[in-house]
Amino acid sequence: MDRRDFLKQTITIVAGAAIPATALEFVNPRTLFAAHGSDVKWVFLADTQKCVGCGFCVKACKLENEVPYDANVSRTWVERYVICKDGKMRVEGNMANPGFGINADSPKGGRDGFTTPKIDIGEGKLVEIKEEDISKAFFVPKLCNQCDNPPCVQVCPVGATYKTGDGVVLVDRSWCIGCGYCVMGCPYGVRFFHPIYKVAEKCNFCYHRITKGLKTACVQSCPFGARQIGNLKDPNDPVTRTVMTGRVGILKSEYGTKPQVYYLALDREVR
Amino acid sequence: MIEVHGEAWTLKEFFTYPNEYIYWSIQIVMYPFMTGLVAGAFVLSSLYHVFGVKQLKNIARFSLVFSFALLPVAMMPLMLHLQQPLRGIHVMMTPHFTSAIAAFGIVFSTYGMIVASELWFVYRPHFVATALELKGNSQRGLIDSFRYLLFSALTLGSYDVSEDALEKDEKAVGFLAGLGIPVACFLHGYAGFIFGSVKANALWMTPLMPVIFICSAVVSGIALCIITYIVTMEIRKLLSRRKGKASGLPSYEELRSAEIEEVKLTSKYLVMFLIAAITLELLDLIFRGYTAVKSWDILREVIYQKDFYKIFVMQYGMGNLLPFILFKLPGLTVRRAGLGACLMLFGVFMMRWNVVIGGQAFSSSFAGFMEYVLPIIPHNIETAKEGLVGAVAVIITPYVLFYFINKVMPVFKYKGAH
Amino acid sequence: MSHVWRPLFVALALVAGILIFRSFYVPKDFGIGEAGYMYGWHNPNNEKFWKDIKVKYKGSTYCKDCHGKNFTSIRNTPHAIIPCENCHGPGTDHPEKIAKLTIDINRLLCLRCHAVLKYPNSDRGKIRGIDPATHQDPNVECVTCHDPHNPNLGALKKSQQRFPVYEREPMGAQGKGSGR
Repeated sequence: MDRRDFLKQTITIVAGAAIPATALEFVNPRTLFAAHGSDVKWVFLADTQKCVGCGFCVKACKLENEVPYDANVSRTWVERYVICKDGKMRVEGNMANPGFGINADSPKGGRDGFTTPKIDIGEGKLVEIKEEDISKAFFVPKLCNQCDNPPCVQVCPVGATYKTGDGVVLVDRSWCIGCGYCVMGCPYGVRFFHPIYKVAEKCNFCYHRITKGLKTACVQSCPFGARQIGNLKDPNDPVTRTVMTGRVGILKSEYGTKPQVYYLALDREVR
Repeated sequence: MIEVHGEAWTLKEFFTYPNEYIYWSIQIVMYPFMTGLVAGAFVLSSLYHVFGVKQLKNIARFSLVFSFALLPVAMMPLMLHLQQPLRGIHVMMTPHFTSAIAAFGIVFSTYGMIVASELWFVYRPHFVATALELKGNSQRGLIDSFRYLLFSALTLGSYDVSEDALEKDEKAVGFLAGLGIPVACFLHGYAGFIFGSVKANALWMTPLMPVIFICSAVVSGIALCIITYIVTMEIRKLLSRRKGKASGLPSYEELRSAEIEEVKLTSKYLVMFLIAAITLELLDLIFRGYTAVKSWDILREVIYQKDFYKIFVMQYGMGNLLPFILFKLPGLTVRRAGLGACLMLFGVFMMRWNVVIGGQAFSSSFAGFMEYVLPIIPHNIETAKEGLVGAVAVIITPYVLFYFINKVMPVFKYKGAH
Repeated sequence: MSHVWRPLFVALALVAGILIFRSFYVPKDFGIGEAGYMYGWHNPNNEKFWKDIKVKYKGSTYCKDCHGKNFTSIRNTPHAIIPCENCHGPGTDHPEKIAKLTIDINRLLCLRCHAVLKYPNSDRGKIRGIDPATHQDPNVECVTCHDPHNPNLGALKKSQQRFPVYEREPMGAQGKGSGR
């Protein structure tokens, strides 16, 4: 084969490869499937006053969404905050009051509720807080914020996580490569690796339930109405009314994520 | 009980979110460290090819080949880290360019092709000569037949080694080396961007991250080249002394003077980039302390308490200050330069560790800590991949590859035009 | 043309190879969804995957038809707010495949709410609670004395009964038929 032939063949191969133009199509706005706007936009409302830390929501979530019950990860969890009158953190032993600290815990994600006044400070250690030292104490349910600007979706290198038209962020288990960038990108720590499927996992507002007209498992199992889900596009939805007219807070607004989980009675100490 | 990814090596203290673990472990420390070595080695070789630093001739070809051997290894930690390594190709299939990782496949392969092309131009006469020599040999054994096939393929069908053609080769090498510098910097600065753009991580998020990464990459790349160069030169010196003229090597004295000259000059560039890297890192640290935003309380705790030893003693002290003094003391010897380069390599490794692991040493709640316990003896695949075993595998591989590549593209024996 | 271009052709052939492979490998529907390229780059078929997940928690109204008596009796007590499945477990496949649900009668279940935590500014502080360490015998289940379907302390004191104070409701016709 002389040089001319070689070149000819190379050019033919390259030109041939260029023909399936779809192969080059990385971004084509015409592939917009379901171009119609959705008339549903899911939002969540959590009340930190009503929440008693029973953890039924966590239990229900794990069973409903098949996250291994004993695995130390959870799509939703409940945190406890115990704020002392002196504003200081209680730690074991002789460690001086650290500036960063706060008395808060979420043992097993609150799956079994909070049955002791002792605070879990990790690796099996507990600290006692005297009743008379407490200035305020409360529980905060946490779950995926289904952000309007989800950083986890932005950073997925392969398009394995995405936001649906009704505002829920989902993970494609068949496409996720398990790089963990989304786990790192979430400021709220809601993502983790599913211990069985080995892909990124997160709360999706029980997408299989809400799309069938049911409430999420956590909302349904909450005896106290501390968790509610609603449609922001329905002005008569009680959740929408509260979000629109009540004084609601969001978590970590400084990240610009525009979270869609709203909180009633949110305290400044909540992390 | 089902173990969650990360649980095996994470210790949690105070208030951390339930799903938080050290998800990015030793392999993600290895990844920027290895790409840093690739980029640094390439930049060093370009100093000769582009800027005509003639004295670097010997080390230039060496570092180019070594950079090629390191290339696949820059990808290895990522594959060992992925939960679904077989799906790694998805990055090329459906790239989501809003993610800093998405362009990795493209940048990486572009860079790989540039290095490969440059090597092709450098070694083309060798390929042609070898192929022709083997062609002439009518009684080829199995190995030689294979070699013949390989070298004929490597010529890409061009057997033109005329004066004119070689001149063109030289021009092409210059062009590719020039093109390679921004791409190598991009490849590595981009690794810095992967971290620097994570807004959820208070330690990582800084626009300086890519620049810091590039500077420290060059430091580590040059340091590694110095070390490997010294080691190979020592071996050649030994051979030269033992076998004398029969070895076909230059005399012991020639080798010795060449070695120290090369090392002295290269170490100048090393110190230069070290100063740039340190300046930026300290600037970042001072700025964080001065502005003291919300995250500073916990960052201060990590930097000055929890990781003090790793940052100030191991990284800045042993890894930066000490080698700086070693290089700057008058009368630099090869042995001292070798020690200094080793320490610097260690310093850059610690810097990567303190960024990657340090960035996960505190919870996003800013109220708790996590500690990474490097799995030494693996008890399952996960702790092997993301433990000492995996890290050592990543460190060894480039040398194994270098051994084989050296068979095809001899670094020392070959007296090409470049 | 000069030999200098040969590496470029090799590179182009590689790129072409990847693009051809890509056109086969990537699902046809993969594209930009409603949320745009930044937030909606995905395979739309995956939405169906999530919608098709099986519902496990059926809700208390699901229990009503067969367990009418218990469903109504608890309505007039403070425990009316607790959904059946919180203690009885999710109603998945019950009664079709699982004839009997396992009731969680562990003391810890009740302690979720009734372990006393005197927290001001939280509704937890308003729930009547006990200290699990000191209240009666910690090894005895709460349901030995307390009727979870009628947690009335007055009634408990009057009856002085130490054994299940609530009677098990006979199964509805439907439940009986399919119970295996």
